[in-house]
Amino acid sequence: MVRTSASARKPSPWTVFRVSVTRDLAVAWRHLHEGTHPLLFFILTVSLFPLAAGPDPVFLRQLAPGILWIAALLSTLLVLDSLFRTEYEDGTLEQILTSAHPVVLIVLAKVAAHWILSALPLVAVSVFLGMMLNLPAHAYPAMVLSLLVGTPAMSLIGAIGAGLTVGLRRRGLLLALIVMPLYVPILIFGAHAVQSSIVQANWVSPLLLLGAILVLSLTLAPFALVAALKTSLH
Amino acid sequence: MAMRKPAQPTTSRSRAWRWFHRFGSPAYFYFFAGRWAPRFGHLAVAFFLAGLYFGLVVAPPDYQMGDSYRIIFIHVPSAWMSMFIYVVMAVSAGIGLVWRIKLSHAVARSCAPVGAAFTFCALVTGALWGKPTWGTYWIWDARLTSELVLLFLYVGYMALLAALDDWKTGSRAGAVLALVGLVNIPIIHYSVEWWNTLHQGATITKLGRPSIDIRMLVPLLIMFAAVNFYFLAAMLNRVRCELLDQERRTRWVQEVVNG
Repeated sequence: MVRTSASARKPSPWTVFRVSVTRDLAVAWRHLHEGTHPLLFFILTVSLFPLAAGPDPVFLRQLAPGILWIAALLSTLLVLDSLFRTEYEDGTLEQILTSAHPVVLIVLAKVAAHWILSALPLVAVSVFLGMMLNLPAHAYPAMVLSLLVGTPAMSLIGAIGAGLTVGLRRRGLLLALIVMPLYVPILIFGAHAVQSSIVQANWVSPLLLLGAILVLSLTLAPFALVAALKTSLH
Repeated sequence: MAMRKPAQPTTSRSRAWRWFHRFGSPAYFYFFAGRWAPRFGHLAVAFFLAGLYFGLVVAPPDYQMGDSYRIIFIHVPSAWMSMFIYVVMAVSAGIGLVWRIKLSHAVARSCAPVGAAFTFCALVTGALWGKPTWGTYWIWDARLTSELVLLFLYVGYMALLAALDDWKTGSRAGAVLALVGLVNIPIIHYSVEWWNTLHQGATITKLGRPSIDIRMLVPLLIMFAAVNFYFLAAMLNRVRCELLDQERRTRWVQEVVNG
């Protein structure tokens, strides 16, 4: 009797994960205007490059992978600042860290929700931005897939930086400083998958390497993130 | 049936533990470092002078690069130290994070500026060497690019430490960052190498020739010893400062400061 009621009270890890994600999505849904900021930032940054580098379509096509990837990287960085901010300020973060459920899963769920809200729209919009940058049609699968695989890895690694700096009042630039060097491999493989597909070379291998980075960060980053959050809260 | 366990014999294990505890005590280490830092410093100066003499005077000019290759006696040891110190820093920070040893954190914090200085030195000498060899100060060579990213990693670590006022929080946060960086460094290195081979052919291999002249090898090894001694001296001095700052409320620091 006691055992069944105890097991009924303790939800499965998957339920914990799902509930956390849904909760974060519901909160974001009620502040929808804030959720559009990374998207607008992404579009604006991409539009600035032709203004600075010139409108020549051939030149833009060469630059397109770099422009799209750097813009995606910057907007990911920009929104990382808000990843744990409200939770830190209202004390939810302490509740999460002391909760009886697997902390790693809850934290992973927060990053997952954050990625769905901030990066997934970018991937969708990148198709239109690719057209504006004169990206050839056969390069779209590589662009969408590389962003789809690369942005979660960036969110996971960046979340560690956000966790380390969550207690600081002015942390935006510091966060960028400590996280950007860690993004170097993702940027290299992601932009090169697109670059290779433009010249119709082998773009699958950089994509696979990007996938390897995603798997690595998916398995290791949540633990580093929990350590980072615990450090910041003590 | 309460049978008492036989008393633990004083094995080498317990002696090692006693040594470990004493060594980890800030007061003990402060005086230990005070004795050893100057010795390492003197050794570093002696080895630097010997290495420079053998490197700049005794070693013959290179058949291809003439005298300009002589910068390797600074460049290669600095580049090697830049990576070695990052590993020392991350491992020490990791030990501090897991076992909560203040001394390990102090060592990690003290490694960062020395490592960053060596990285900067490697970058500058690499650029200076590039001018006569490649015809330009900077090319996006794989090793130079990796060194640049490594410098960014050091700078990020130091910026994080500087931003967090609380010593303990800062050290622990820095430790997490250093460990994440340690996992990332090989990935960064290989990704940059992969990126570099896509863009340009193999660059000049600096020490690629298997038969390096013994008169060139000896000064290089002497310089390696010199930079290691310098690192030990500089790091131990910095650890002393960190410990004084951290233990400023304790009696032994009061005694040191007031004479």
